[in-house]
Amino acid sequence: MSTVSQTHTAVPATSVKGAARAGVMARPGAEAVQEKGWWRAHKWLLLRRASQLGILALFLLGPWFGLWIVKGNLSSSLTLGVLPLTDPYLLLQSVAAGQWPYKEAVLGAGIVAAFYLLFGGRLFCSWVCPVNLVTDAAAWLRRRLGIKGGKVPSEYTRYWLLGLMLAASALTGSLAWEWVNPVSMLHRGLIFGFGLSWGIVLGVFVYDLLLASRGWCGHVCPVGAFYGVLNKTALIRVTADKRAECNDCMDCFAVCPEPQVIRPALKAVAQDHPLILDQDCTSCGRCIDVCSKDVFRLTTRFDRSES
Amino acid sequence: MSTQKNTRPSADGKSGQARRRFLKEMAGAAGGACMLALGVGLYGTEASARPASAIRPPGALPEPEFLAACVRCGLCVRDCPFDTLKLSELGDNVATGTPYFEGRKVPCEMCEDIPCVKACPTGALDRELTDIGKARMGLAVLIDQETCLNFLGLRCDVCYRVCPVIDKAITLELVHNPRSDRHAMLLPTVHSDACTGCGKCEHSCVLPEAAIKVLPYALAQGKAAEHYRKGWVEKEAAGGSLIGEQQQLPMRGLEDRKYGDTRVAPGYVPPSAEPSRPAGIDSGWKP
Repeated sequence: MSTVSQTHTAVPATSVKGAARAGVMARPGAEAVQEKGWWRAHKWLLLRRASQLGILALFLLGPWFGLWIVKGNLSSSLTLGVLPLTDPYLLLQSVAAGQWPYKEAVLGAGIVAAFYLLFGGRLFCSWVCPVNLVTDAAAWLRRRLGIKGGKVPSEYTRYWLLGLMLAASALTGSLAWEWVNPVSMLHRGLIFGFGLSWGIVLGVFVYDLLLASRGWCGHVCPVGAFYGVLNKTALIRVTADKRAECNDCMDCFAVCPEPQVIRPALKAVAQDHPLILDQDCTSCGRCIDVCSKDVFRLTTRFDRSES
Repeated sequence: MSTQKNTRPSADGKSGQARRRFLKEMAGAAGGACMLALGVGLYGTEASARPASAIRPPGALPEPEFLAACVRCGLCVRDCPFDTLKLSELGDNVATGTPYFEGRKVPCEMCEDIPCVKACPTGALDRELTDIGKARMGLAVLIDQETCLNFLGLRCDVCYRVCPVIDKAITLELVHNPRSDRHAMLLPTVHSDACTGCGKCEHSCVLPEAAIKVLPYALAQGKAAEHYRKGWVEKEAAGGSLIGEQQQLPMRGLEDRKYGDTRVAPGYVPPSAEPSRPAGIDSGWKP
């Protein structure tokens, strides 16, 4: 408690808290850029963009340059002619709709599910999913324009949708979520051609920008909810092991796509250790970037050390 | 123990409040999700209609099963060596992301190894199909007899000649041309027992709008009731009529003909005694 009150004076004016006091617009992360330099203050963001664009590039090498490393799209793909990968949630909908797929698809879904179950399901959301680029852009613009308000749906909406889409698949006999799924529409659109699908992607952008802060990925998307369920046992986790250094600038809360996950670890609410174990955490590492005090770092779920 | 007892009522109140808030949020989430799910379900039902010109790849399951099995990955599209298949885009009016082709644009070349079926990881394209001749993507129908050149008595024959199953899926049937009265018409005739629905005939029809089109089976074919029997088939199978030989009644005015031959050439005079009367309302016939 005493450390917190002492550091109050040290809150920089560009941070969320400092700006709120001064009555100006916050620039979360500006302090970190000053302290650590631009590259270190964007390290995980740049790595994440490289991962997202790199995976997309692997899919595009074939149709653009005739270099067929990966065929297909995120729904189902074949790498180097041997490795099948299939979206397990998609396959669950297919099974719910009454179709038992061939072993390639089952094997592919098994490999994907095993990978994410081991390393962390929501790594998909922040390191692979192309819609993350869209919603991150919307969140950034929302911060820069200082757009407030809107109606954010409950964060449980996605879990209800996760179940209801399986029920709808069973009732209609088709892959229910695929009629609107912006994740597959964007990825397929980039590789096979958009048609009017860009309208759905634009809809997600506008929704996150004007109606609900971090609304799509954090509250609605049932694909993210599915990977959230796989995220319960994630090996890769963020820890706030230097939480004693925290100056309460609130920048991490401002950039975090799932801000509710930080508090238990950073402020020791209902837990002692500084590890963020909440299944909603996507391990995007943006909190690590924007913290000028280097409070956070990526580690494994077994590392409960605090320094 | 005692401190626990003291804090209990307030904790109860707090947890009760939290529970109420949680239940309220859950109800809101469930309601919102239900609305969205209902909307998506209805939209999906609406959008699963497919234009007749959109043909599924060979081996595709019947449409309802296909929509449940196809994960929209596009691997069949990638392995199609002729770029026939494409994934539907939103606005094509075919379930978004599912593969199809249009015979008039690029027909199926009927590869013998059927790479699209081999590529499908889910079984939306059924691997039971190993002989491309057994594919039933649709059925060609000579839909416009008013513009088809062969029906006008000309010898176009293009659909017949490009058919990969020539003389089985499309035959030319010789018919008398009543217009010239001295020529034959060779009418392209599709046979459903051999047509694969590849779309070559539709693709190559020389008219600005094809007179022969590949249609989904539901549009192209009628269906006989299950209890219908063809008498002549049954008779042949049984080696004779099932209801005994029929009385053959004489046909007045055609007594010199074979039974059933009712053709009348111009100037034919029937051998019967009665002179023919004029027909119609002025025939003078009275009961």
